[in-house]
Amino acid sequence: MTILFLIIAIVILASAVMVVTTRNLVHAALWLIVSLFGVAVLFAMLNAGFLAVVQVVVYIGAIAILFIFAVMLTRREMRGHGKPLNNNWWISALLSLLTFGGLAMLLSNWDGFSQTPADFPSDFDGVAELGNALIDPNQFVLPFEVASILLVAALVGAVYIASNRK
Amino acid sequence: MLLEYLAIAVLIVLATVVALIAIGLGGLFGPKKKTVNKSMPYESGMMPIGPGTRRMPVRYYLIGVLFILFDIEVVFFLPWAIVFRQLGWFGLIEMVVFVAILLVGYVYAWKKGALEWE
Amino acid sequence: MDWTLWLELVIKALVLIFALLGGFAYLTWYERRLLARFQSRLGPNRAGPFGLLQPIADAVKLIFKEELTPAKAYKLVFFLAPIMTLVPSVIIAAVIPWGPPFQLGDRIVTQSIADINVGVLFLMSIASIAVYGIVLAGWSSNNKYAMLGGLRSAAQMISYELTLGLAFVVAILLGNSMNLTDIVEAQRDGRWFVLVQPVGALILWIATLAEVNRHPFDMPEAEQELTAGYHTEYSGMKFALFFMAEYQKMIVVSAILATLFFGGYLGPWVDRWPLLGPVYMFLKIVILLFIMIWVRATWPRIRYDRLMAFGWKVLLPLALAVVMITAVGILLAEINPWMIWLIPIFSLIAGAFASLMIDRSLRRKAYA
Repeated sequence: MTILFLIIAIVILASAVMVVTTRNLVHAALWLIVSLFGVAVLFAMLNAGFLAVVQVVVYIGAIAILFIFAVMLTRREMRGHGKPLNNNWWISALLSLLTFGGLAMLLSNWDGFSQTPADFPSDFDGVAELGNALIDPNQFVLPFEVASILLVAALVGAVYIASNRK
Repeated sequence: MLLEYLAIAVLIVLATVVALIAIGLGGLFGPKKKTVNKSMPYESGMMPIGPGTRRMPVRYYLIGVLFILFDIEVVFFLPWAIVFRQLGWFGLIEMVVFVAILLVGYVYAWKKGALEWE
Repeated sequence: MDWTLWLELVIKALVLIFALLGGFAYLTWYERRLLARFQSRLGPNRAGPFGLLQPIADAVKLIFKEELTPAKAYKLVFFLAPIMTLVPSVIIAAVIPWGPPFQLGDRIVTQSIADINVGVLFLMSIASIAVYGIVLAGWSSNNKYAMLGGLRSAAQMISYELTLGLAFVVAILLGNSMNLTDIVEAQRDGRWFVLVQPVGALILWIATLAEVNRHPFDMPEAEQELTAGYHTEYSGMKFALFFMAEYQKMIVVSAILATLFFGGYLGPWVDRWPLLGPVYMFLKIVILLFIMIWVRATWPRIRYDRLMAFGWKVLLPLALAVVMITAVGILLAEINPWMIWLIPIFSLIAGAFASLMIDRSLRRKAYA
């Protein structure tokens, strides 16, 4: 199980690196899909089947498609000519290393990090739990409705930007 | 539970292998006589002018954005639909509110002409 | 994990793959014979009795064809695209139950690859992955026709995927589960969901037609304007993979429709002989495929702008309305069981209203 996790983690990280280093934008999008799919596999391994499949539906099936559309929208410089790195790459590398170190520090202090999770009861239905939590007034009903407003805001923004004003 | 996903993984691997074998068979037995004319883009016998891939209309992008938003809406529908019978009227009203808010955006997109395809 | 389990997984996967492969081969024969009948022709009848060996002859021909890769194509993606189209068309069938479980020796064998509790969502996710192969095939060919065909196809598929998702929600509401076996079992005693929600079944059927690019929604492959759409540049076995994927998808969506709305593997005596399950599925799939081919023989292709408008302006609101009607009807049925029949009545009214609006809008445009 641990070995499988390590393999998938390496695949995710390696494809993530490929996303930013490859010169062909469509290839970058394909590597991104590999990376996202790896995350879906991780969810499936954690017994979160719903999240795994939603990851595929929303990220791979919708957002990555939009990326491919966006790439095709740009000029046909799909095989970029410039170098993907510029002179400031070490600053951003340093910053991301610092952020990672900070997060790792914080997480190592959290005692949940070293515990093994308890097994789910055999009749545990994560989807039903999620459905209840989304509708229960004591839990997430407000975020649920606000999510709708967020979606509308995104929709209006996209329509406004993309529609050709006559 | 994990076993079921393993079964899907096995199926993915075997399906890929079958696809590769099919392509391999074609590569093995098919003739390979490349000529300049054969490797030109096919445009019903006309000489191709300009590049093959060009900028696509922005409309496709808009459809993509609209799709993501409504796709997320559908995803929200699913856990609700599972527990719907226990939730009763209260759950239904909450879903109606959720959809009603989103319908505002839908009407906006319609009126703005984002759903038109000319 | 012991080896018999692995053996079971591999055997089931191979059975599914080869059943779909054989189904594809004979679906082409079935379609050509039927189309010939519709058009008062004979159809392929030379290879073997009734032309039954025709698919094999076609396969052999395709194997011996030359495969071309255009000089300006993006080679790697051009190679991957047919595989990325074929694989989803197989794995989407993984969650479909083909029959009740049966006993073999001392173990219970389920007649599905994976009986996961989010089965319906799995169908949605694979349907959304299927877009990639097509859009990438169009892009990587570096050909104007292929590019346009791929883009049109992608936009069409994602537009109708929403309707597909909402139609799935209807089935989930009625079956009270996302597991496909549960949904089938909820339709026991002839209470097929198509009787409760005929409009939902119709919407699902239309959406799947668009999803697999079948007539009358086969814009991406409209020969007159796009030669062959996204697979213009493909030849030999790579073309065969696209062809295979399309026909396997036809079979699989018919299986999905049969499972969600037409009682799946249920039929007389299926509990006594579980292996009757696949037989009933086969019969239901053949009937649904017949309707698909009938539509192809009857209706002209609809214009692309109308296709998109139909998806976004008619089917999407109608599907939403049908979901809401179903939800209200289920709650009312808990008060009084016969109120469940309010669902078909009100959905049919909604469907009739939608058709009326289409009619009015078309008339207005025609005389404007």
